[in-house]
Amino acid sequence: MQPLERLVEPDRVHKSVYTDQEIFDREMDQIWHKIWVYCGHETQLPKNGDYVTVQIGRQPMIMVRGMDGQIRVLYNRCPHRGVQLCGNRQGHTGSTFVCSYHAWTFHLDGKVKGIPLPHGYDGTRMSPDNPDCSMKAAARVDSYRGFVFASLAAQGPSLLEFLGEARIAFDDMCDRSPEGAVDIVPVCHRVIQQSNWKFFMENQLDALHPSVTHQSTGVSAGRVERSLKESGEAPPLYYHYLSTFASAFEQWDSVQTVNFPRGHGILKGYMGLRPDDPDTKEYVESMYEAYGEKQAEAFLGRSIHHVLVYPYLSVQSPLQQLRVLRPLSPNRTLSEIWHFRLRGVSPAIYRRALWYFNLVNSPATMVNADDLENWTKGQWGLESDGGDWVSFHRNFGGDTREGDIVYSNKGTSEAVMRSQFDAWTRYMR
Amino acid sequence: MTISKLQDRLLEEVVIFENREARKTGAQSLAPDHSPSRGARSKPLPARAAGVDGEAASLQRRVEQFLYYQSELLDQKQWAAYIELFTADGVYWMPVTPEQTEWLDSPSIFAEDRRLMEIRMGRVQHPNAWSQAPEWGTSHIVSNVVIESADELSVVIRSRFQMMELRRDQIRHFAGTYRHTLLRAGEDFKITLQRVDLLNGQAPFDYVLQVWV
Repeated sequence: MQPLERLVEPDRVHKSVYTDQEIFDREMDQIWHKIWVYCGHETQLPKNGDYVTVQIGRQPMIMVRGMDGQIRVLYNRCPHRGVQLCGNRQGHTGSTFVCSYHAWTFHLDGKVKGIPLPHGYDGTRMSPDNPDCSMKAAARVDSYRGFVFASLAAQGPSLLEFLGEARIAFDDMCDRSPEGAVDIVPVCHRVIQQSNWKFFMENQLDALHPSVTHQSTGVSAGRVERSLKESGEAPPLYYHYLSTFASAFEQWDSVQTVNFPRGHGILKGYMGLRPDDPDTKEYVESMYEAYGEKQAEAFLGRSIHHVLVYPYLSVQSPLQQLRVLRPLSPNRTLSEIWHFRLRGVSPAIYRRALWYFNLVNSPATMVNADDLENWTKGQWGLESDGGDWVSFHRNFGGDTREGDIVYSNKGTSEAVMRSQFDAWTRYMR
Repeated sequence: MTISKLQDRLLEEVVIFENREARKTGAQSLAPDHSPSRGARSKPLPARAAGVDGEAASLQRRVEQFLYYQSELLDQKQWAAYIELFTADGVYWMPVTPEQTEWLDSPSIFAEDRRLMEIRMGRVQHPNAWSQAPEWGTSHIVSNVVIESADELSVVIRSRFQMMELRRDQIRHFAGTYRHTLLRAGEDFKITLQRVDLLNGQAPFDYVLQVWV
């Protein structure tokens, strides 16, 4: 691995940060095994004994609700011979984990409960009071507005320090509910990207690509939308989600990105989710009732399109969608796609978010099909000897820095990528 | 060791620290809820064919030919003709789980009426649909066709499919169940609802689905 200062320059990065196995291994150790990683939402575990399995970097973990109602995150590994204790993605384990190999049992906080024929351990180091007999727990677990995170490092910033300003992702999602909370929809789409994880993170706030990459979908949706209008019908709101992708470059350039420390960022842009219909009126009224008119308007009028929690979360809070990256290797990345219901709103309001989930985020997406194609070809291009550098020169020097926040001024500025690599370098040092 | 001593040893119970008096120990002591129960256990048996002789046999042949034609249209990428097989309010639906019963209030992989199907068709036919550049194709086999019910107006059929897809250098396999609700149109049919339960719908997708399966 070359020294970091030779890999990352202020306006360009060396291709090997996307392709090199040694760099990937270091990312796992220096980033994923230290930062706060999203594990799931509290509502995924309604009952004590419910669990889901989750990957943190290279570590297979279990998020479980204990008999005391508390959520914990444990390594999915029996301390006896190393066999994973949960073989499913989710389930209910009663009050105990049991190993399928030799029936070692564990309390839901990981403490050993029973070992068959325990006298076999008399006089050995593996007595039940030895912590080596119990499941290992993640060093730290914390949650923010129902979203549960774990860190495998005992030291480091708190969850709130890690999230910083990007916590707006979860505030914006929950504040749009008159009850201030969301429930997870227990459906997870999983799509494998044949590219380095950075392609996804850069793409999410890249406002120059939509009208190129998604032109086919934008144009086609716009045509059907227009033909409906011409025949006097009101096209559903979700057609507009798709046709917007074909907006002119200038329109995308007029939005702004806000780049926070640690690589987090926001793509601003008001999504226009307030059409003039009875369902929306009823919803807005319920928001007024819950928060008062002024506060409710502040919540509903936030100019947010996407929030990124670097290096692995993309949250589209106005539509309650969340994508999590689980990197598999330098050129393979698993993305989990989730969405949430605003608590206390009518089904009609939920349906808006649902259609976005179906059309943009399902495995039959009409949008990401072309993104994935770009990233696959991007990965192959960077693996070639056709050049050494990846350019992030667009609007370099044209950003505004206020304290530790960088405003792009132009929507299409590559300030986003420059900010992400600034954070990356700090982690990798 | 004598035989009886060995037998005693083999019958020896596992002991739990918390309660050494307990009789049922080890894995036997666990509540039966430590694995996810999948609801499938109490599912009703699949419907048998509504009839096989006489008129039923001729209907069977006609619906089979209809399914073969539909899958051939997919494999030949005749999207417009494919969409034409649906009634004006027909829906192509691929739920996320077999338990799902509606698409308006829960997520789906596909839930498309004819207009959304037209958007999808327009997308893949656009010259700048970049993901369409690599050569790709599919081959469907449709089989196990059962007429679940039939009356003067409509026919409900269940079948199974296997699809192999080649895209660039990569092969993917998809398989599952079709459930067609067909409206009779003279000797022909129109689809009012096609439900597609993909066996590997919950598995990770290595790339995505660009058109209907």
